[in-house]
Amino acid sequence: MLTSNLEIIPGQRIVRHLGLVQGSTVRAKHVGKDLLAGVKNIFGGELRAYTELLQESREEALKRMIEQAEAVGANAVINIRFSTSSITMGAAELFAYGTAVVVEERG
Amino acid sequence: MFDLYLFLILLALGFAIGTWAEKRHYRSIRRREAEYADVLLIASKLPTPDLQIEESHLVGGNTVISVDYFKRFVAGLRNLVGGRMTTYESLVDRARREAILRLKQEARQLGADMVFNIKLETASISQSANNGVGSIEVYAYGTAVRTRRGR
Repeated sequence: MLTSNLEIIPGQRIVRHLGLVQGSTVRAKHVGKDLLAGVKNIFGGELRAYTELLQESREEALKRMIEQAEAVGANAVINIRFSTSSITMGAAELFAYGTAVVVEERG
Repeated sequence: MFDLYLFLILLALGFAIGTWAEKRHYRSIRRREAEYADVLLIASKLPTPDLQIEESHLVGGNTVISVDYFKRFVAGLRNLVGGRMTTYESLVDRARREAILRLKQEARQLGADMVFNIKLETASISQSANNGVGSIEVYAYGTAVRTRRGR
C-alpha cells in the first residue's frame, strides 16, 4: 500500500479514484502514567508516555484507514490528513483520512 | 503556611530544573538540526516535475512537551496584564522543532533526501481544569521521497 499526503504518488499514474477512506481511534490516558505526567508538569519537559501513546494511536488510525482502502481494492492512498480532537478530559480521538486510488507504474 | 512553603518550593524546583532541562533540550535540538540538515523539507504541495523520484512514503514525528511550574506561574501573571508570553513561546518552539527532527529521522531511515508537503498540527493536552494549558502535542507529517540525484 502506497501512502502519501501529496495529491499524487510520484512516478505513478492514477488510474481510478475509489473515494474517501478513513480510520479513527479514541484513546484514554493511563492513570499511572497520568500521575507521572503530573510530576513532569512541575519540572517541565517531554511527556514521553504521551508521545508514545499518541504515536501508537495515530498508527492504529492509519492502519484502519489502510484496511478500508484494501477492502475497496485500492493500492494507494493519497492526500492523507490527520486530525486530533479531545472528546472528554483525558481522552483524545485521532483521525486519519485520505483518498483511495488505484495507481500503476508510469511506463 | 505550609501551602505557601510548598508553593515556593515548587516554584524554585520548576525554575531550576525547568531552565536546566530547556537549555539541554535546545542544545540537543541544535546538534541534531545540524546533523539532519541534508534532509530537505519543502512545504510546497507537489514535487517539481524535473525531479527523478524513485520512492515515496508518508512519514511523521510527534512530541508532547509540558511547561514547568515556574513558567506556568509567570504565564498566569502575564494573563493579568496581557502581552507576549515568552514562556509559552519557547514551549511551542521546542515542540515544533523536536517533531520536525523526528520526522527527518524517519525520512533518513527510509533513505529519503527530501520531504514534501509538510503539515504541522498542534493540539493542547489539558491536565486538569484548574491548570489550563499544561502541555502541547505537535505532530509533523509529510511525504518523504528518494530522488535519483540523492543516490
